[in-house]
Amino acid sequence: MNINELLDSEKGNKRFMLGNEAAVRGVLESGVSLAATYPGTPSSEIGDILFKIAKEANIYFEFSSNEKVAIEVAASAASTGLRTFSFMKHVGVNVAADSFMSSAYIGIEGSFLVLVADDPSTFSSQNEQDTRHFARQANIPLFEPSNPQEIKDFIHYAYDVSDKFNIPVIIRTTTRVSHMRGIVETDEYTKNTKTYGEFKDTGLHVPVPEAARVMHKNLVEKIRNIREISNESPLNKIIDNGANLGIIASGGAYNYVADVVNQNNLKVNILKIGFSHPYPEQLVKKFLEDNDEVLVVEEVDPINEIETLAIAGKYNINTKIHGKCDETLPEIFEYTPDIIFNSLQKLVSFEDKRNKANEESEIALPSRPATLCSGCPHRASYYAAREAVNSLNLDIESIHPSDIGCYTLGIAPPYKMASYLMSMGASVGTSCGFSKSTTQQPIISFIGDSTFFHAGIPPLINAVHNKNRFTLVILDNRITAMTGGQTNPGIPIDGMGDEAPAISIGALVKSIGIEFVKEINPLNVKEMIEVYKEALSYDGVSVIIAKYPCNLINKQQIRERNYRIVVDQDKCVHCNICVNKLACPSINEIDGKITIDQVCNKCAVCTEVCPTNAIHKE
Amino acid sequence: MVYNIYICGIGGQGIIKTSIVIGETAIHKDMNVVMSEIHGMSQRGGVVSTELKIGEDKSPIIQDGGADLILSFEPVEALRALHKSNTDSIIVTNISPVLPSTINQQDVDYPEIDDIISELESKVSKVYAIDANKIAENAGHPLSMNMAMLGAATAISTFPLEKEDVIKIMKENLPPKSIEINLKAFDEGYNSCK
Repeated sequence: MNINELLDSEKGNKRFMLGNEAAVRGVLESGVSLAATYPGTPSSEIGDILFKIAKEANIYFEFSSNEKVAIEVAASAASTGLRTFSFMKHVGVNVAADSFMSSAYIGIEGSFLVLVADDPSTFSSQNEQDTRHFARQANIPLFEPSNPQEIKDFIHYAYDVSDKFNIPVIIRTTTRVSHMRGIVETDEYTKNTKTYGEFKDTGLHVPVPEAARVMHKNLVEKIRNIREISNESPLNKIIDNGANLGIIASGGAYNYVADVVNQNNLKVNILKIGFSHPYPEQLVKKFLEDNDEVLVVEEVDPINEIETLAIAGKYNINTKIHGKCDETLPEIFEYTPDIIFNSLQKLVSFEDKRNKANEESEIALPSRPATLCSGCPHRASYYAAREAVNSLNLDIESIHPSDIGCYTLGIAPPYKMASYLMSMGASVGTSCGFSKSTTQQPIISFIGDSTFFHAGIPPLINAVHNKNRFTLVILDNRITAMTGGQTNPGIPIDGMGDEAPAISIGALVKSIGIEFVKEINPLNVKEMIEVYKEALSYDGVSVIIAKYPCNLINKQQIRERNYRIVVDQDKCVHCNICVNKLACPSINEIDGKITIDQVCNKCAVCTEVCPTNAIHKE
Repeated sequence: MVYNIYICGIGGQGIIKTSIVIGETAIHKDMNVVMSEIHGMSQRGGVVSTELKIGEDKSPIIQDGGADLILSFEPVEALRALHKSNTDSIIVTNISPVLPSTINQQDVDYPEIDDIISELESKVSKVYAIDANKIAENAGHPLSMNMAMLGAATAISTFPLEKEDVIKIMKENLPPKSIEINLKAFDEGYNSCK
């Protein structure tokens, strides 16, 4: 489906939409006026699309500097009466949590929806946290769609709840729902006409302690009232087949249940939960009373299950409840049809009619780990760092705090330039800790440009004020690369595609009093190694800004390289520095010969690394 | 009935576009279809796979052993996908290898292509091994490789969609100036498996 179809699709049209595309269509149909995000997989495509269509759809869109700012932008805009939208990956909620909590207390005058994409099995994340906990902590209603059609439809429903109760709402997806494609029948869409609202100081927007107590009381009452809606909601429905076994299923996990039940003609009752917080107590109570046994199926944590157990306890219902808590289902990772099949076989007997899967290959397979691309400037930065550190001939390890981005791949040999990682921006804060708790170990930490703007600045201020010693390398590849290439505050383009002031990392770093600041093109590796050595001997906080654009984003720079890289086999002394130390994916040793492949992006770092000039430009 | 297609290869080979064409063709023929795609690290040399289910299923994941057809854009990736196949499955694989970027650092060598094909043949009912890279080059552009693979899939007897319908949707999904080359690649891929 091309992007224009998202806008052009008429009522009743059927489109093959990605979950993230359906989310965009959903907010457009709902009449959203403003959207703000910080990119994070598996929700990134939503921002990529809004970036392209915001003007045509007459909405305001921005890539905020982090998720907390995105929530603040969207929540405050909603307080002027607009319908607003924010979206992020699950760990983004941690960053946003402080303001997100308050937004529920303060409430909103318009309507405010946040889509959060969880990542069971951590396809592209550092943890498997479950956003449904946050909804309970913050008293925010939460919905769990199972497929792209439901993402779109639930967005309408969730906005209505937000509107009616002046409360933020969450749509919680998982990777398999956001990155699932399915048929979506679109509803009517008309271009947004509401660009501005008006803020009125009602005296109810400032949660000072006295007011916060009132706000919390009101919020709890709202949730109690919304629970009544949840009990009656068409998003929570019982499919009664007169069986003794019931299954409560939500989100992507529901799909596996539906398929296994259908394919094996199992006689079970199903309660599909789409509106999962506040949990529909009366509906679940009825379901428990109607079944002898109930299996609760959900990804990741046993949240609906524990709610179900609580309802059984509260009403003294003896129905046996299975799920993660009694290990009928696994407690971690995403589910699959096979996992649900095997779990259901523990509860009901039915024949295994599945095709027997072939054994894995008997031939040993080479692995295909993700690596820095051919010509990636980060490779040059890491190669030079490794060379500089090795040149010190230390008998103690160097420490390499790293951060979230493509450059985390620097963990791999031969660079081994990521030894400690927590979260966005943590490379800088953890460097402070290592600086205070070690003496002889050199500390070189790495952070990307977008991550630096996101959460790297406050800890760098901390580093200067508390007199730390470490070298921070800001890998400025002029884009938010890992999530597919979004703009950030260092780029002279904003989320609307308009020209915007670009924030200078060098000027910013100098302004907080850092004296050792070197900006360098890392492709000049020999010079880069010398800069590292100088920084390592500096007593204090030193910053190296390794500035060169990502090849994936700036393809023009590759086209402008009107040469190719070749190997003079007569000059090659088989030192294998290019293969073993630079480790560029375009350089291979085949039948004893060093060869450069077709994918080579001609960064020419190998020509600098080669000691005999056997590798050269031609 | 559900027809399950597992498509695999390397980032940048056009796997997702190919899968979308199949899915949209199914919708065009009023069939239900769901699909799962794994994004993320793919542009950085990693494995890419999609799972397409044409029929009544709701979940986009194919059970182990459940693939009717495996369409592999790279020979080693066909071996890696074997757990999705059963003895009745059909495999269409490209025989042009893409060496893992870290192959020189690994203990395992890239297997011989003949060994890969005989291993595949020992496990499933039929293997179509085609040089889709060569077909694409002959058609006029290496990037038309994915449409050569799509043509090959369309020729498989169990494939639930007709050639004319696939071509119609393929044309809608491609830049107009590339259609001639892609059509040539598609036809050549189709003929290689017919």
